Amino acid sequence: METAPTAPRVISDEKPLARVPLVLNKRNFSWLTERISGVVEQPAPRWWWVTFTITATIAAFGVFCLGYQISTGVGTWGLNHPVGWAWDITNFVFWIGIGHAGTLISAILFLLRQKWRTSINRSAEAMTLFAVMCAAIFPGIHVGRVWMAWFLAPVPNSWGVWPNFRSPLMWDVFAVSTYFTVSVLFWYTGLIPDLATLRDRATSKIKKLLFGIFAVGWRGSNRNWRHYEMAYLVLAGLSTPLVLSVHSVVSFDFATSILPTWHTTIFPPYFVAGAIFGGFAMVLTLMLPARAIFKLHDIITPQHVDKMAKIILLTGSFVSYAYAMEFFMAWYSGNQYEKFAFFNRIFGPYWWYWWVGMLFCNALSPQLFWFKWCRRNVYVVYFVCMCVNAGMWFERFIIIVGGLHRDFLPSSWGMFYPTWVDIWTFIGTFGIFTSLFLLFIRFLPMIAMSEVKTVLPESNPHHGPAPGHSPPVIAGKEHA
Amino acid sequence: MKTPSGHQVYAMAAEYQSATALYEAAKRVRDAGFKRWDVYSPFPIHGMDQAMGLGKSWLSAVVLCGGITGLLTAVVLEFGPSWFIYPVIVHGKPFDWRTVPAFFPIMFELTVLFSAFAAFFAVLIMNGLPRWNHPIFNWNRFGRVTNDSFFLAIEARDPRFTEIEARELLESTGGQNITIVHED
Repeated sequence: METAPTAPRVISDEKPLARVPLVLNKRNFSWLTERISGVVEQPAPRWWWVTFTITATIAAFGVFCLGYQISTGVGTWGLNHPVGWAWDITNFVFWIGIGHAGTLISAILFLLRQKWRTSINRSAEAMTLFAVMCAAIFPGIHVGRVWMAWFLAPVPNSWGVWPNFRSPLMWDVFAVSTYFTVSVLFWYTGLIPDLATLRDRATSKIKKLLFGIFAVGWRGSNRNWRHYEMAYLVLAGLSTPLVLSVHSVVSFDFATSILPTWHTTIFPPYFVAGAIFGGFAMVLTLMLPARAIFKLHDIITPQHVDKMAKIILLTGSFVSYAYAMEFFMAWYSGNQYEKFAFFNRIFGPYWWYWWVGMLFCNALSPQLFWFKWCRRNVYVVYFVCMCVNAGMWFERFIIIVGGLHRDFLPSSWGMFYPTWVDIWTFIGTFGIFTSLFLLFIRFLPMIAMSEVKTVLPESNPHHGPAPGHSPPVIAGKEHA
Repeated sequence: MKTPSGHQVYAMAAEYQSATALYEAAKRVRDAGFKRWDVYSPFPIHGMDQAMGLGKSWLSAVVLCGGITGLLTAVVLEFGPSWFIYPVIVHGKPFDWRTVPAFFPIMFELTVLFSAFAAFFAVLIMNGLPRWNHPIFNWNRFGRVTNDSFFLAIEARDPRFTEIEARELLESTGGQNITIVHED
């Protein structure tokens, strides 16, 4: 009797659909502790001092420019009628947008149970904090008389004057300060178990004391973990709508005005997608060198880079869609000012910002990530990230200066030319940002050890041999 | 309870080699009826709360109170000055209760801000942190709890605690390096 033909059986040890592990080479708990704490515990390598000296010098020059601007006046910037917002607000939106990827990774991906986030969330959150610090400089200085910045806060005063709570600029003050505060709380809560690890490994008295203070006496008790996990979940749940609100509120600064190209309802989702897009590019910009220098390839694997590249592709496509929709609405609305503004965007004096920044860097370059080869090649990934970093700055410049420089009345048209103070203040914030990041990787664990440990298979109590067998020996070398 | 050398006993503690071993041991200790005991691990172990017989954390209730406080703060902060203290018509918008949509962003932000502070301080206070020291740190092996080792401690103040019974129970669950941890 003939039997029906059957498919040949694949003889393999591995299940065909087994997931690629998140930590490669079957690393164990103690390896993770050693490798990640080792970065902090070893003396600073020479490249670190060289890089830090350069970035700190740039940061110092940026601070000098801020001092010069404050002592002399806003006239040291190239701002003038009709372009009253230029590089300063562009830089503000640019930096605050970068922060959003950190919160997306730490909060939204946590709620979505994307366990791969554990390898990158700590450094991405740190990046968020430093980016928000850089962002906060600009509107603070832009107010002109910095010593009057407390007017932004609703403080009872002898004039009886109160801020206008209906103003989007006031919403911005609350949104950004809340965002920074909640990000610090979330970041520090996540750090506590890892600070305890560094405390337990510390050799010098001063380190023991400092890590001891900041680890608040954490002892890994499950009665503590129970509340800790709930707090972490709640903070993730709070940060999720918060991060979406922050860039929405930033976009309200523009969308509630009457200026063509600003006055659009598409702005909040468009800005949020752009923020995540630019932020992920910055995460990769920082993580790829850090991974190579500290040999963290088993923790930040090709799979992680691949997933981040996919998010860049997704959000980049959102942004491209928003760009296209703006043009469609300019035509479909029949509003001549709107139509002119978009014509001016492509063919006006700032034409190349659009062609290079928005079209090539933001819309086209991420399309490479449709191809797996591009997502797996770190050089291609790095190239695209650099394009996106630059492109997102150009995009904000086009929106702000492109919207302002030619408004309704041709007699009041003008151009914006940055001064050296404009340029060096912006470069200075890059110095501040990288200096802070370099200090962070020197003094704090750049990967969340207690979280990465939970993605190892042996962290699951239902993993491994049934009780009664001898338990697997997973401990590393014995400590004295 | 004191040891012959005069130390106050804090707990009988054991070390385990894996999360699985600790999880199984916790279930045994729970079933033996102990109340004052705890397990220690480098990371939260999935399902350990049930294995220890603990319910859901009520921290979220504190956060709800924080959120409501934040919302009410924003309502007072915005309506107080805008409606009563310093009413000004800006952009032709009303200044009384009809202006509420323009107040939503700050209401939202302060709700989140106060909730986050509530979560942060609640987790510290509910865990009795920060604290300078804890008797369990007197055990020199315990330093590995933040690295790769797993511990279980049955406290002496548990009404069911006897040195022999606790030691036997920990031995039968496969605990290693079983020892008495001193209070001081």
